[in-house]
Amino acid sequence: MIGSATNQPFIRLEGVRKVYRFGGKEFLAVSDVTMDINEGELVSLVGPSGCGKSTLLKILAGLHGHDGGTVEIGNPETPFTPGRDIGMVFQQALLLKWRTILDNVLLPAEILGLPRAASRERARDLLAMVGLENFADAYPSQLSGGMQQRASIARSLVHDPKLILMDEPFGALDALTRERMNLELMRIWKESGKTILFVTHGIQEAVFLGSQVAVLTAGPARMAAHLDIDLPEPRSLSVKTSEQFGNYTKQIYALLGME
Amino acid sequence: MPRFLHGYLYAILAHIGFVVLWQVAVSVGRIPSYILPGPIETIAALAEPSYNWFRHIWVTTAEIFGGYAIATVVGVALAVLFVWVPPLNAALMPLLITLNMVPKVAMAPLFIIWFSYGIVPNMLIAFTICFFPIVLTTYRGLIEVEPDLLNLVKSLKGNRWQIFTKIQLPGSLPFLFSGMKVAAVLAVAGAVVGEFIASDSGLGYFLLVQQNALNTSAMMMALILITGIGVVLYGLVALLEYVFVTRKGISA
Ligand SMILES: Nc1ncnc2c1ncn2[C@@H]1O[C@H](COP(=O)(O)OP(=O)(O)O)[C@@H](O)[C@H]1O
Ligand SMILES: [Mg+2]
Repeated sequence: MIGSATNQPFIRLEGVRKVYRFGGKEFLAVSDVTMDINEGELVSLVGPSGCGKSTLLKILAGLHGHDGGTVEIGNPETPFTPGRDIGMVFQQALLLKWRTILDNVLLPAEILGLPRAASRERARDLLAMVGLENFADAYPSQLSGGMQQRASIARSLVHDPKLILMDEPFGALDALTRERMNLELMRIWKESGKTILFVTHGIQEAVFLGSQVAVLTAGPARMAAHLDIDLPEPRSLSVKTSEQFGNYTKQIYALLGME
Repeated sequence: MPRFLHGYLYAILAHIGFVVLWQVAVSVGRIPSYILPGPIETIAALAEPSYNWFRHIWVTTAEIFGGYAIATVVGVALAVLFVWVPPLNAALMPLLITLNMVPKVAMAPLFIIWFSYGIVPNMLIAFTICFFPIVLTTYRGLIEVEPDLLNLVKSLKGNRWQIFTKIQLPGSLPFLFSGMKVAAVLAVAGAVVGEFIASDSGLGYFLLVQQNALNTSAMMMALILITGIGVVLYGLVALLEYVFVTRKGISA
């Protein structure tokens, strides 16, 4: 029994469906998403705007119910507590302007009522991990967009959640900063060992970061394919020029009907 | 010159320039002093003991600051109530907007009937005229929260109180201060209008009395003192805004 549990995926989605209802109308936002995600994986979720990526993350975060299919998070070794084990990063850093960076990072710990001293220590460690150890007492307005986003990543980790949901976290950054953040995230993911679901509409980014890429097609999200990405580790930016990398991106463009 | 004055140099020069221009206009234009006295003559009015400056300053200051303080407390309280009880907001906000259209100045004669005359009714006039911008801006500041920030809090089962104290209330401060700045100007106007209509003291009352005597320099001095009270009030609000908002790099 215990042996078999080891191989159980951390997240199981099967035929997940979500209908938005407003003004007597129904709108099918997610029609049929099926995938398994193992613990400690970084899975990229790529697809065109409006295909239901954010909706899917909200379902996983427990913010929305779903109207069909099954959503299961956690397994016997790693139980998952809804309303506790979720970290979120959005396109905007959404830091509170009146709080210092350290106090911003502490927000989830405050909401959960975690012990103060231990949380502060952990927040400082996380700020060091994202390279902001010298900005703990700065205010968000003193930080660049990329630095603010690093702070929001630290904030998503402060309560030591088991699942991190990232919704186009680098979508608002300039191209160079974005590349740098990709490398940073790669390192943070390896250091923290978290399970990360990374939504993007950048195909290169999706392949570069993901140990798997789930491709959702336009309209109500349907899983078009679930690719295992097998690239030489540790991944560096040079991997993007490799033939293997090119093949993956080509495959995804094809799945999205964009050849 | 001290460093901190550097930023204000042009502002100070502009004020001095204005007074100089006033004096020059009066002298060069040979304007009779019962029409427009120069700054020197105006300031000289302060030396006249029968004018009872201190008493009038005190009365007007009490009316302005009192009405303003009540407006701030009531305005913020109402905005908070509206946020916590949406049906109340749905019912009362449109009513408030309608009432805001009532020319408050024109209500002053009624206030006199209801509350007689004196410091308290004038305070109430200042209150009614300056309370609307505080309710409206504070309410807007309280409801203006990034939806994804709410999602983040809700994904951790954060409760209403946490959202209110950690996000809404501090987030509304820049809005509150911009409402309070608008309100400061209105409070001054409200108190003085009250004194115009019925009063036995205060700088507005004094202004009308001196008008009968064509005592223009005393009138000008009263006007300057009223302005001064307004500037002090505005300055205090700006100082609070600096401490709680600007210094932290927050803006609306
Ligand atoms: N709260 C909502 N009410 C109604 N429709 C919504 C809501 N949220 C999203 N939608 C619709 O659902 C679809 C999927 O949205 P979303 O999940 O945000 O897509 P994505 O993140 O992939 O761009 C879109 O067409 C959007 O307009
Ligand atoms: Mg989205």
